[in-house]
This record gives sequence, structure tokens and C-alpha cells, in this order.
Amino acid sequence: MGSGREERGTGAGFDGAMAAELVAGLRRSFASGRTRGHEWRAAQLKGIARMIDEKESAIMAALHEDLAKPQMESYLHEISLAKAACTFALKEMKRWMKPEKVPTSLTTFPSSAEIISEPLGVVLVISAWNYPFLLSIEPVIGALVAGNAVVLKPSEVAPATSCFFAKVLPEYIDNSCVKIVEGSIPETTALLEQKWDKIFYTGNGKVGRIVMAAAAKHLTPVALELGGKCPVLVDSSVDVKVAARRIAVGKWGCNNGQACIAPDYILTTKSFAPTLVDAMKRTLEKFYGKDPLESADLSRIVNSDHFKRLTGLIDDENVSGTIVHGGQRDEQHLKIAPTLLLDVPHDSSLMNEEIFGPFLPIVTFDKVEDCIDFINSKSKPLAAYLFTKDRKIEDQFVKSVSAGGMLINDVALHLANPHLPFGGVGESGIGAYHGKFSFDVFSHKKAVLSRGFGGEAPARYPPYTPQKQTILRGLINGSIIALLLAILGFPRD
Amino acid sequence: MGKGFDGARAAEVVAELRETFRSGRTRSLRWRAAQLKALARMIDENEADIAAALYHDLAKPPTESLLHEISLAKEACLFALKKLKRWMKPQKVPTSITTFPSSAKIVPEPFGVVLVISAWNFPFLLSMDPVIGAIAAGNTVVLKPSEVATATSSFIAKNLPHYLDNSCIRVVEGSIPEASALLEQKWDKIFYTGSARVGRIVMAAAVKHLTPLVLELGGKCPVLVDSNVDIKVVAKRIVVGKWGCNSGQACIAPDYIITTKAFAPKLVDALKITLEKFYGKDPLGSKDLSRIVNSSHFTRLKNLLDEEKVSGTIVLGGQEDEKHLKIAPTLLLDVPSDASIMKEEIFGPLMPIITVDDLEHSFDVINSKPKPLAAYLFTKDHKLEKKFVKTVSAGGMLINDAILQFTNLHLPFGGVGESGMGSYHGRFSFDAFSHKKAVLSRGFSGEIPMRYPPYTPLKQKVLRGLITGNVLPLLLALVGWPGHRKSLVA
Repeated sequence: MGSGREERGTGAGFDGAMAAELVAGLRRSFASGRTRGHEWRAAQLKGIARMIDEKESAIMAALHEDLAKPQMESYLHEISLAKAACTFALKEMKRWMKPEKVPTSLTTFPSSAEIISEPLGVVLVISAWNYPFLLSIEPVIGALVAGNAVVLKPSEVAPATSCFFAKVLPEYIDNSCVKIVEGSIPETTALLEQKWDKIFYTGNGKVGRIVMAAAAKHLTPVALELGGKCPVLVDSSVDVKVAARRIAVGKWGCNNGQACIAPDYILTTKSFAPTLVDAMKRTLEKFYGKDPLESADLSRIVNSDHFKRLTGLIDDENVSGTIVHGGQRDEQHLKIAPTLLLDVPHDSSLMNEEIFGPFLPIVTFDKVEDCIDFINSKSKPLAAYLFTKDRKIEDQFVKSVSAGGMLINDVALHLANPHLPFGGVGESGIGAYHGKFSFDVFSHKKAVLSRGFGGEAPARYPPYTPQKQTILRGLINGSIIALLLAILGFPRD
Repeated sequence: MGKGFDGARAAEVVAELRETFRSGRTRSLRWRAAQLKALARMIDENEADIAAALYHDLAKPPTESLLHEISLAKEACLFALKKLKRWMKPQKVPTSITTFPSSAKIVPEPFGVVLVISAWNFPFLLSMDPVIGAIAAGNTVVLKPSEVATATSSFIAKNLPHYLDNSCIRVVEGSIPEASALLEQKWDKIFYTGSARVGRIVMAAAVKHLTPLVLELGGKCPVLVDSNVDIKVVAKRIVVGKWGCNSGQACIAPDYIITTKAFAPKLVDALKITLEKFYGKDPLGSKDLSRIVNSSHFTRLKNLLDEEKVSGTIVLGGQEDEKHLKIAPTLLLDVPSDASIMKEEIFGPLMPIITVDDLEHSFDVINSKPKPLAAYLFTKDHKLEKKFVKTVSAGGMLINDAILQFTNLHLPFGGVGESGMGSYHGRFSFDAFSHKKAVLSRGFSGEIPMRYPPYTPLKQKVLRGLITGNVLPLLLALVGWPGHRKSLVA
């Protein structure tokens, strides 16, 4: 496998045989015990942190090339979060790695019990194109801190970032245990044929199913970070200026809406809609100027396929008439302006597929309760948002809406809190990560019960007799006397 | 429900349970506690019938029925009842300065409508235990007991509806057609106990709907026996862990023994003495041994023994009574590693003993095989124990005893690799059937203008300072120090 510096998958070559060789090599590295020590894991994390520090401008340049991502977003949403993940893991690692002692019961007296975290082994991380740096490095950080060997398959739809990983990451980490495979469907398929100890996939539900089906062959556990239509319910009891700003930055300030947790659509009451639309329009102009297609603060659409997909959504004749703001596009530069739509038909594609772009439909209902029912009639999203000052509505929302995660009175921020699990439910995914959840998602929690040769309870051994059963019954019911009798060897043979 | 339970009927059942779940019925502590109390009552009031069903299905000795099924199921109910309020409580977590002011918590919520598919060897426990978890977590459940344990399946189908809320909990009896019809539906979680082969089928079905799974499978659970042991105690514990556990038909029963060449004769001797003490000179006549569950498993086990390179390695037992589906406890010594008995999960009363020069070297051998559900080691040597725990991967481990880890409700019970995914028991049951929803809550204050477009280098500096806690640049920017001139707000 050469130096292992980069496994160039493009073009001919990276097939099932090469993938198998790659995995075999990693299995040998893992079996050597190399990844198990705290020092090795810390060294990997420190290496990644150093890479982020030393190569910040290169990373920003790659993200700009792939997505025209504004530097501020590259810093806020990818670089700083990746660095924070390293720092947090370095700080907490020893604690996470420590076995957890648990209580023992009378029936196994005397004994000691603990739960030990061990790495799963050789894991596969498949990343996405929209936060191509973060969504590659953060799961890899989790895999490494848990002591696994990793293969990273960055998204080919973000080629500059993919290339960055292939070229630069090997300089900062242990190449015998971390490999990068660039490529697209053929390479991914070759990888998915192999037996992994865990697969961590970020992307869409269609490919998520393909990944899970491949995993089923080897009974490989999976974490799937998928998407969905993240609803934003806006009540009238809000500070509408603040709400509008937070929604706008959470939508268009997040890769121009191309984010799994970006607000997908707004629900509000018929009476409040005009106020909200007004506030949103004003905020959009303040943020992006009169000609948003010229703003340097908006990512472009990632490629022409997605551009066509998106324009198709709003050019639908039942939809185009509902545009109340925006709709401009520049095909040459793959730019689409922030677009608001009001009272889009519920059966339109725009209201049924994950938008993943700069369109924000607003649907209106008579009551907030109707909004909640509408949300619950759809698949469970990765995130659900609510803007309200009303505690009762907040409580009802948290209680009755199921989503991966929720944020009240803001958007997207919950993913920055390493104490909160980040993941989906139902169609939006399986498993979670961030912080300790990253460590856990790449670990097996092994139960270990340890006894000595004392504490023999003859009552448990055949031949079974009624007297023995009585003592056992007592023991089970927590009777200390029964325990004593059992241990003292009653009934006598 | 026997004939006629097809896809349409299955869809109907799921739709009904979904409707009930949506009504919010299962969400309250009161409802969940009521179900658990009723289940505990069912166990108390029907103990004799449960034992009788288990005897019918497996000739399971009443002591084993009590120890391994009835008491564990009851304990699961009581433990959940005691802890439920705590488990249901949202867990507050710290927040960071970047979202100040805010509060954050993790809220457990039920997945919704779940499917539990049970196994035949501990047919009562392996049905009830996951159902207890599903109910504690607030789900509606369909339970599909194993058709191989007919009396227990029937008992459950008849009695559960009298104790539990039928609008939320259903029992579907049947075999492959019924299970297939169920697996076509969209579940919010599937919990399966059984073989790796069917585990793959279940997982493949779950893919269609991205349904998360727990798979409790099996494997070849190795028992390593060092020479530095109290051999009498070792022999007793191994024997009761193997043959005292449904005659070896248990996912965590010791499958095979590894010991040193030097120690093997002593161990074999001690096992022989113990076996005779427990089961008498004619074990086929002992009431304290389960029978083999059915004739196809009987034939499977018989074939394992009859294999040419194997039959000569029998050092004790080997007697069979096909009519009563009984096989005597059988020890085999130095079976070739390519024999079927050394490659498949035995799941019966046959115990191969493999000898090695050095016990530590066998760790690598174990690790080269699929990861088992449990691994056991008998030794007084703490260094060896430490190395074993560190090196060998298995669902769970027990030092100096067998199977008991199953009974500790503070330990997660589940496999890894081929032996499964996910775990349960105690709190882990509640977690297995819950979605942990992250909830971050803010007010409208705590506005940070720097996060909003238009983006400027100054804003970036300020945010950087805030995030990294490196405040000096931030302060300089705020006081308008040269090089940090622009205003903060666009």
C-alpha cells in the first residue's frame, strides 16, 4: 500500500481488493495495541489541533474553493468547532477512558463490577460536502480518542477539502492507523464491502440506507447523521427583531441554507405572518444588502446539480407565485439569493423534500397547536426550533415534538455544546456524537464482573432440592440471612 | 393470531399502536408504573404456570426456571419501578459562554412503536425483559415470542393481555411468515434476540425504514482456566454455568474451555467428579438437566459429536436418548480446531477442552475469532486477569465464575461484533428504547451582534476572542486600539 500517505481513489485502482488490503493493514496496526494507550491518542489529537492551527488559511481557502464559504463561517462553523473538539477530548480523555465502577448485588457477593470502554477496532468515517472539514475531522477525532484505527472517506463533492485531507492530514497523525481514501461511488462501494467494526456516515437518507444495508452483511453497528426538514415555529410572543436575525443567520449564515440543521421552513400563525415576513425582509437587506447575489457573506450553491435541483423547486408553477422576497439567481456563479415564500402549497416538492438551500417557505395556521400537528405529521427532523416567550408553548413543544435536538429561541447553536448529544431520530438518523458522545459512539462498553473463590453458595448447585430453592429465593429477595445461610454452606450435603 | 397474520394485518396492528402512541397514553409515569406493577403481579400470580410452560418447552428444572427466568423478570420490573422516575427526568448539562445565557438538557423520549422478537431458550425472560424496557421508556410494543417454545409463547399470548394495556402492548404468535410480515412494517426500534444469521435478516429489514436496532446474538464463549485456581470451586462454577443453564443452550453458556496441557488432566478429573456429583452416574435420568429443545437441534448436536475427528476425543459422556431429546454432559479433549464443534456455536451440553502451552497465547487465538457475547477466566493471578480484561474483546466478561454478569442490573448486557449490537438490563433497557433529545433553551437577551452579517475582520476577531477565551484582542477591539478601529455593530 506504499507509504500510505494518500490513497488516490480517483480513476482506476481503488477496488475491493485494495480496500481489503487497506483494512487488513489497519487490523494489524490495531492488533498491535498501538492505539490503546493514552499517550498515542493524545498525540493524534494534538497533531490534529496543530494542523488546524498551522493550516488555518489553507483550510479556509479550500472551503472557499469548494463552497465560496465566507471566512467567518469557515472559522465559526468548521475550524473553531474542530479545534474545540480536540481540546475538549484532550482535556476529558483520561476520565472517559477510566473504567466505571458499578454496584454489585447480594447474589454475587463478594464481587466487583465495572464497565470498561474499549475501542471497536477498525472504523470507517464517510463525510459530507457541506461542512467538509468539520464533518470529516470531528468523527475522526471521536474514533481516535476512543482508540480505533480509522479510514476517512471525505466527500468528493468538496474536492479541495478532500484533497487537503489526503495531502496534509498524514503529516500530523500516525499513518499506520489513520488512512484517507479519496473518491466517489466506486471507492465508497469498495470500502463498504469490507468488514468494519463501526461505520459513521454523514449525509442523506438514501445513501444512509445503502450504508446500513452494507453494514448488515457484517453486523456492523452504524451511526447515521442524516437530515430532514427542520421546522421553525414562530409564536407571536417574541422579540421579532431578534428572532428574525437569529433565524436569518441560522439559515443563510449557515452555508446559505445547505446545512442539515438549517431552518428548512417556518410555521407561524396567520395573524403574525405579516410581521414576521417584514422583519425577515429587513434583516435580509441589512445582512446581505440590496443585491445579495453580490454579497461576499453568502456561500454559493455547491454545484450545478444542486443548483438545478433548487431552481426546480421554486420554478414549480404552484410555488413561484408564493415568493415574497428574493428568487434571484446567477447560474454562472452558482448563486441563489435568500428567498422567502409565503403559504406554499403543502403538497409541493418544496414542502416535502429537504430543501438544503436558500429558500425559506413560511406556512401559516390559525393556532400554534395546528403548527405542532403539522410538524408531527412529517418525518422526525434532525432539529426543531421554536421562538416564543410563552413557557407553556415551550413545554408543549418539547414534550410533543420529536426531533434529534431542539433549540428554543435560537437556531443551530446546540451543535456547539459538547455536553449535548448531536444526532437524529427516525429518518434523521441513528446514534449521536460530540463531546463524550463521540467517545461513546466509537466504543464498546464491556461489562466486567470479578469474583474470587470465596462466597461459595452450595445452594446454587445441583442436585436441586426444595431446601436449596428456599435459600435461593431468600437470597434473591435480598435476605441477608439467606445470604449467610447460603455462604455458610446450607443446606449441608 | 396464527393463520392469516399477513402484511396487511401487521400494518393494521402497527397503525393502531401508532395511533395510541400519538394519543400520549404511554408517556406518563403513572401509566408506565401501572404496566410494570401488573407485569410483576402476573409473574407472582402465575409462577407455577410459567414454570410448567418452561418445563413443557425445555424440561427446564424448576430451580432454573426460578433462578434464570422468573426471578430475573420480576427483578427487572421492580428495579425499573424503583428507578423509573429518575430515568425519566431530563438531565441538565453545562452550557458554554458562547450561548450565554442559556440552559441545556437531555430529555429522554420514547421512540414510539417498537418490535421485540424473543428467543426459545429463555423464552419467558427474553420476552419480558426487553418488553419491560420498552414500557419503562414509554413505547408501545409488539412482542413476537419464539414459536420454538410453544407453551411459553401460548402462556404469554393468553396472559399478557389480562394484565397489560392492550391498546399499547400486543403479542403476535407465529413463525417465519408472521415474523416476516412484522418485519416489513415501519418500527421505531427493533429488539431481536437470537442467532447471527437471523440477526442479519432483521437488520436488512430495518434498513428500509432506517430503524435502529438492538441485536442480542451469541457466539462461542471461551472459558480460560489457569492452573493457579481453587480447582474444586472452578469445576462447580463451570458445570453449573454450562449444564445448569438450560443444558448449555444459553447465549452466555461456556462454549469451550482453554487450559494448559499440564493442567488439563486435573481439570478434566475435577469436572468429571463434579458432573457425577451433580447429575449422578446416569445423567440421562437426572431431573436437573434440561432436554434439547427439539429434534432438529438434537440432530445438529449429534452430528457435531459424530464427526470423524471428534468422536474419538470424548473423555466423558456422549450418551444420547433421542426419544426424550436428552444428551448427557459431554467432555471432549483436544478437538481439532477445524472440527465443526470448534467453529460453530455449540448451544448444547458438549464441552470441548483445548490445551495450550501458555494460557496468555490463547488471548490472541480468542481475538482472532468472532467476538463472543461473554468470555470467562478462572485465575488467582491478578496480572493475568488484568491482561485478559485488557486484551480480549467480548460483550461482557466474568472472572472466576460463569453467567452471573447477567444478573447485575448495573452492568450493560449485550454483544459486540458478531455477538451483537446495543445492550440492555437495568438503566440500559430504558436507554435502549429511548431517544436522548438535546434541548438548548435561550431567551431573547444575550445578543452577540458580531455573529451577524455583514462579516468584518473585527467581528471575527471578537468572536475568536470569545470562543478561545483569549480576551486581549477583544478588549483592544472594544477600546478602538489602532488596528482594531471599526465599530462593533454593522
